[in-house]
Amino acid sequence: MTETAAATAPAHSNDAAIALNAVDVAFRLADGGVYRAVESATLNVADGEFVAIVGPTGCGKSTLLNIAAGLLAPAAGHVDIFGQTLGTLNRQAGYLFQADALFPWKTALENVAIGLETAGTPKDEARARAADWLSRVGLGSFGDRYPHMLSGGQRKRVGLAQVLIRDPKILLMDEPFGPLDAQTRQIMGNLLLDLWNADRKAVLFVTHDLEEAIALSDRVVIMSAGPSARIIGDWRVKLARPRDIAEIKLDPAFHDLHREIWQMLKSEVIKGYAQAEGR
Amino acid sequence: MSRVKLTFLQVMVAVVSLAIWHILTTYPIFGRMILPPFFFSNPLEVVKQIYVWFATGVIWKHLYVTLIEAMLAFAIGSVGGVLVGFWFARQPRTAAVFDPYVKMANALPRVVLAPIFTLWLGLGIWSKVALGVTLVFFIVFFNVYQGVKEVSPTVLANARMLGMSERQLMRHVYWPSALSWMFSSLHTSVGFAVVGAVVGEYLGAAAGLGYLIQQAEGVFDVAGVFAGMFVLAAFVIVIDTIVTIVEKRLLVWRPVVGDARP
Repeated sequence: MTETAAATAPAHSNDAAIALNAVDVAFRLADGGVYRAVESATLNVADGEFVAIVGPTGCGKSTLLNIAAGLLAPAAGHVDIFGQTLGTLNRQAGYLFQADALFPWKTALENVAIGLETAGTPKDEARARAADWLSRVGLGSFGDRYPHMLSGGQRKRVGLAQVLIRDPKILLMDEPFGPLDAQTRQIMGNLLLDLWNADRKAVLFVTHDLEEAIALSDRVVIMSAGPSARIIGDWRVKLARPRDIAEIKLDPAFHDLHREIWQMLKSEVIKGYAQAEGR
Repeated sequence: MSRVKLTFLQVMVAVVSLAIWHILTTYPIFGRMILPPFFFSNPLEVVKQIYVWFATGVIWKHLYVTLIEAMLAFAIGSVGGVLVGFWFARQPRTAAVFDPYVKMANALPRVVLAPIFTLWLGLGIWSKVALGVTLVFFIVFFNVYQGVKEVSPTVLANARMLGMSERQLMRHVYWPSALSWMFSSLHTSVGFAVVGAVVGEYLGAAAGLGYLIQQAEGVFDVAGVFAGMFVLAAFVIVIDTIVTIVEKRLLVWRPVVGDARP
């Protein structure tokens, strides 16, 4: 793995894994104007913490994730990763994308191994570890399949293995299970929790599904409808771990929290839709 | 439709066409020959001519020359197209500067270049190779350019997040993408390589299928012209079959339309 300054310097225990400090996100429009997507977002994700961001469509949740990944530079404010200000790409983060991001010309095994091979791991070792990761996500016998031969859920599993094999300290997830059907989402959610439980990385998980957010995370952060979306709520989820996604949804505490957060989210969702229709 | 039935119907099309051709050029209908044999020859004459070519072995030399020309045109045109395609796609400024000239060169009917190439490179194979290159180059160039430009932004972002350097991006992302676009045009570019060779030979050469056809035409030997055309068609089908096999091997990762998931 590429060693960055942040990785070699001893991180202070009180440094957050991800710290967004008064981050603004703006895009230049084709007509010369500026679209302010996110305004003054401040958010800390502690090491080992699972944080979900929930907000109406088009509120800039994914944009915030790209900022944390270093794929996008903030218009104002700054991002600290384990206490170090992020200048370029975030080398300590793994990113699971919403859209298909696998290399279509590589087999499942090659897709998983590539993250190690680019970092200089010998090919044989990378392949062996990739095979191990494929069986961990339940695709042990699918190594020689190309992405188009796999179902949507299987592709997400490969994507998860592709990211986790590099053992990133931070996991960024952009509605990763969005395109999947309800049952597959539940299975993927449990798989994610199992894998996460093993070494508790810091996770920033973006979704529009409040139930999914509560079931998975330690904290749920709510964003307002865009433009100039802001963080308007921050709830701690005090449900016991390890959890089972299907069972936890029957817990009365889950329902209370869901009702409480939904009160706030509802008005924002309505605003979001009104804006989308007005466009 | 079953395979046997399909093959049967395909063969029937050929049989019926040949029969009509034969009847109209051999038997007078209402006292008049509808297709005068002088202009349309007849199938038996054509078969006889093809047989003579193969029996005496003259045809091999011409086939060999055309094949060599087409292969050289394809190889040189592809390498050039890949290099320039990559270069332009990665350097948008260079691409913008050359854009009008590329369009101009591509809009030009290549046949008009043939006499110039003959003048420059002589009557040997190289003037034909040059003509083929001008045809193949643009097809490959446009496809590679498109392939590099149209890499999915998500795949690209993913590659970056997986720690790929600029060189690794080239090897693992841009190159396979460009190659897949190039191979999707393989049939067209191989076909054009043959077209370049044959047209070049037709306009002035000492050997090749195009030369053979042109010679026959010069002495009003219609049977020879048709024979040359049939040999050329068979030659192109053989090459196309080889291309299909190569394509299937190289593009295993690509979904086939209508392919069921295993």
